[in-house]
Amino acid sequence: MKLAVWTYEGPPQIGAMRVAASMHGVHYVVHAPQGDTYADLLFTMIERRTSRPPVTYTTFQARDLGRDTAEKFQAACRDAVDRFKPEVVLVGASCTAELLQDDPGGLAKALDLDIPVIPLDLPSYQRKENWGAAETFYRLVRAFAGRGRGADRERSSAASCNILGPTSLGFRHRDDLVEIRKLLEALGVTVNVVAPLGAGPADLARLPDAGFNILLYPEVAESAAEWLKREFGQEIVRTVPIGVGATRAFVREVAALAGVDPLPALQSETQRLSWHTRSVDSNYLTGKRVFIFGDATHAIAAARVARDELGFEVCGLGTYAREFARDVRTAAREYGVEPLIADDHLEVEDAIAAARPELVLGTQMERHIAKRLRIPCAVISAPAHVQDFPARYSPLMGFEGANVVFDGWVHPLLMGLEEHLLGMFRDDFEFHDDVQASHLAAVSPAGRAAAAGPHVEAVPDADADDGDSAATWSAEAEKELKKIPFFVRGKARRNTERYAGERGVDVITIETLYDAKAHFGR
Amino acid sequence: MIGPSPTLLQADDAGTSCAPSPLRERGQHEVFCGLTSIMWLHRKVQDAFFLIVGSRTCAHLMQSAAGVMIFAEPRFATAIIDDRDLSGLADLHDELDTIVERVLSRRPDIRMLVLVGSCPSEVLRLDLSQAARRLENRYAEQCRIIAFSGSGLETTFTEGEDQFLSALVDVCPQAAPDEAPSLLVVGALADVVEDQFARIFQALGIEDVRFIPARRSGSLPGIGTNTRVILAHPYLTETARKLERRCGPALPALYPLGEEGTTAWLRAAADAFGVDDARFDAVTAPGRARAEKAVDQYREILAGKRIFFFPDSRLEPMLARFLHREAGAEPIEIGSPFIHRQHMADELERLPDGVVLSEGQDVERQIDRCRAADPDLIVCGLGLANPFEAEGYATKWSIELVFTPIQGYEQAGDLAELFARPLRRRAALSAEV
Repeated sequence: MKLAVWTYEGPPQIGAMRVAASMHGVHYVVHAPQGDTYADLLFTMIERRTSRPPVTYTTFQARDLGRDTAEKFQAACRDAVDRFKPEVVLVGASCTAELLQDDPGGLAKALDLDIPVIPLDLPSYQRKENWGAAETFYRLVRAFAGRGRGADRERSSAASCNILGPTSLGFRHRDDLVEIRKLLEALGVTVNVVAPLGAGPADLARLPDAGFNILLYPEVAESAAEWLKREFGQEIVRTVPIGVGATRAFVREVAALAGVDPLPALQSETQRLSWHTRSVDSNYLTGKRVFIFGDATHAIAAARVARDELGFEVCGLGTYAREFARDVRTAAREYGVEPLIADDHLEVEDAIAAARPELVLGTQMERHIAKRLRIPCAVISAPAHVQDFPARYSPLMGFEGANVVFDGWVHPLLMGLEEHLLGMFRDDFEFHDDVQASHLAAVSPAGRAAAAGPHVEAVPDADADDGDSAATWSAEAEKELKKIPFFVRGKARRNTERYAGERGVDVITIETLYDAKAHFGR
Repeated sequence: MIGPSPTLLQADDAGTSCAPSPLRERGQHEVFCGLTSIMWLHRKVQDAFFLIVGSRTCAHLMQSAAGVMIFAEPRFATAIIDDRDLSGLADLHDELDTIVERVLSRRPDIRMLVLVGSCPSEVLRLDLSQAARRLENRYAEQCRIIAFSGSGLETTFTEGEDQFLSALVDVCPQAAPDEAPSLLVVGALADVVEDQFARIFQALGIEDVRFIPARRSGSLPGIGTNTRVILAHPYLTETARKLERRCGPALPALYPLGEEGTTAWLRAAADAFGVDDARFDAVTAPGRARAEKAVDQYREILAGKRIFFFPDSRLEPMLARFLHREAGAEPIEIGSPFIHRQHMADELERLPDGVVLSEGQDVERQIDRCRAADPDLIVCGLGLANPFEAEGYATKWSIELVFTPIQGYEQAGDLAELFARPLRRRAALSAEV
């Protein structure tokens, strides 16, 4: 048993639903108790999907237990096939139905349907959403692409590829795919099939026709890509094109496999990240401590971009995806940080607080954590939230993705700088809290206080710390401390107190403050 | 007693006799399970912590239903059963003890821990009531521990509250037989609504009024033969049954929605306490006038609108009654997870002839019926709302009717507004999809 207030991943049947909902001609019949239909609203509300996901639930209740849950499953399955006329039906069980051991696969087979039935064995008490998605996609690919096995297939051309992994409810998958298609078009590489997003069973059958596979999201498509490689010798492009460097590497890798010239695609790049990050105002970004947490693909990519393209310092790196823990451990070694492999957000919160970052790149949960800790944050990874489906074009991959990354990760910091300026002027003779803002001259004093409210609220206590130091602060030292920018003030306070504590200093003076500063450096 | 306005009497033909027998459906139920009621129960009982003993699905449901509400650390969590528990490597009760210890040491402010059963815990026959008794011995100094089941096998959505209240009634002390008569209002109401009702009861001269659940878990009302029970919601079947054994049946009434419902509901309580008509009229007149005036603003938008209800909260018949009688709307199908004939008797009587009542659900067939009926407004859950909007229908997402204060005179206008808003919004937007 494990205590969870928040989960980074849903149960594996959610992954199966995401794959089914990505495709056409696929219907998923899941043996599940009443209430499990909540999953529909992930699709209709988070993604604002205009149709219901292609999922039928048996929604059995207590009165059905031990009586006719199996029969109920068969009726639901038969009705769903009659009504929706899919080309293939996936059948499986959710956590509760797994305990009943009704064997949905066997029950569906016994119906003698005239379409293929793919039983999904998704152990709910052991595995999670991404694993469920990967397993479902793998089963589908095997079922349809495997039919042409052994035959001497003719590849349409070496310069033809499949894009594997984009999925419904995937983090920015919709826009990443557009960006990747643009790159491939510039290279003159044909896209044979994109799957699962937008594919049907017949498209899966055509997967072996391509020269190679682009594995955009290993969480969903790695097992399928590995199988295609074994069966059909299709090479896998593994570079995840997030950031300028990785996008260029991706272009070269694809060009080499396709036997085409990478230059047209490289010359067509429209990214501004590499210039903006060299612009003098970006000096401010140097050495910013960033804590990164998310699914493995996005976390590893974010760490690379943060260090190599924005000049940040990676002070923490982790993932909730245990299946990819090894990759994240390897990456963490490169940045000299302890890898955090955890799906307990309380543990993640503690790690963030201890690392004292100046920017957090994480999931929606880290956004909440960062808000509590008053640290700027940008969201880089699933679990998907309605905010991750913006109306505008907003990819993370490719050259446009690099632009989105620059804006998305740097803007929260500039807002931090604004707060800092507000903090600096808080006790200024001209701009202190009780002075009316110049553009509000017409407003009454009462209105003025309200107008100043949000800023005032955002700044104070930024340095307050629950430090239990024995040393007390002299009034002068306390005043001097206030002159230090708020975002390093907490650190200065702690360092000074630690310095005082280690040396048995009872009263912290201005001298102690600067002694400590010299001792600890920046 | 005040009746509906004359125009409504005309619209409402004389044959509002006995309710039609409902269509009973056993297909796919597109409803939440009882766990979802924790969303409002934990906000209502301010020192309670709800610990679901269930699966990753339960935890995922809670955070999906909670949406962006998780800003602070919420007072609910899930103890997720894993394969170690199932294979017998770990003892479920030992594991639960460890988790409870972690929760209570992290939250020393908690005065009531509620263990909530789920589908998997039910199928595994994990006896949480027994676990609660065992744990309560250990934490007696610190907090009360009770258990209920919010499993989808037994409950839908609001029925989780029924199970919770039923467990709470079990631990309410017995009042002395000679205790002065008191009124017990049963069902979670928004604090603002509770306070409004408390003021009205006081003005009516009903001295001793208690609400369950109370805001603090320590203030459990004594229940005895002199306790008169009135239900604030129609879905409290189990709780009402338990209370009936201790203090007689609940006072029959409409539920307090709209001017008519609120007046009838207050009237039932007033009659039980011998409040005279003059006093009742004097106390309720201002509220009634305000409610009528507030609903009036939306009558033009809602009058004649054909409304189709998908099952969700078991509030559907009374919502339809309100919309029909006070806003002039025309319900065409009223779907509800379950319709308690006795608790709903007064409500069903006031529904128009020809309305289809459906109980349970076969969502696909109901969608077919809905499309065929081509309503002006569809009241449904969030899994169905956007797909219907994309087909060109106006929808009202039903979960909001549970999370918004809608009971009482002062909220009657808000209730009408909830249904009018999607219609006004469509009228306001000009860009075609």
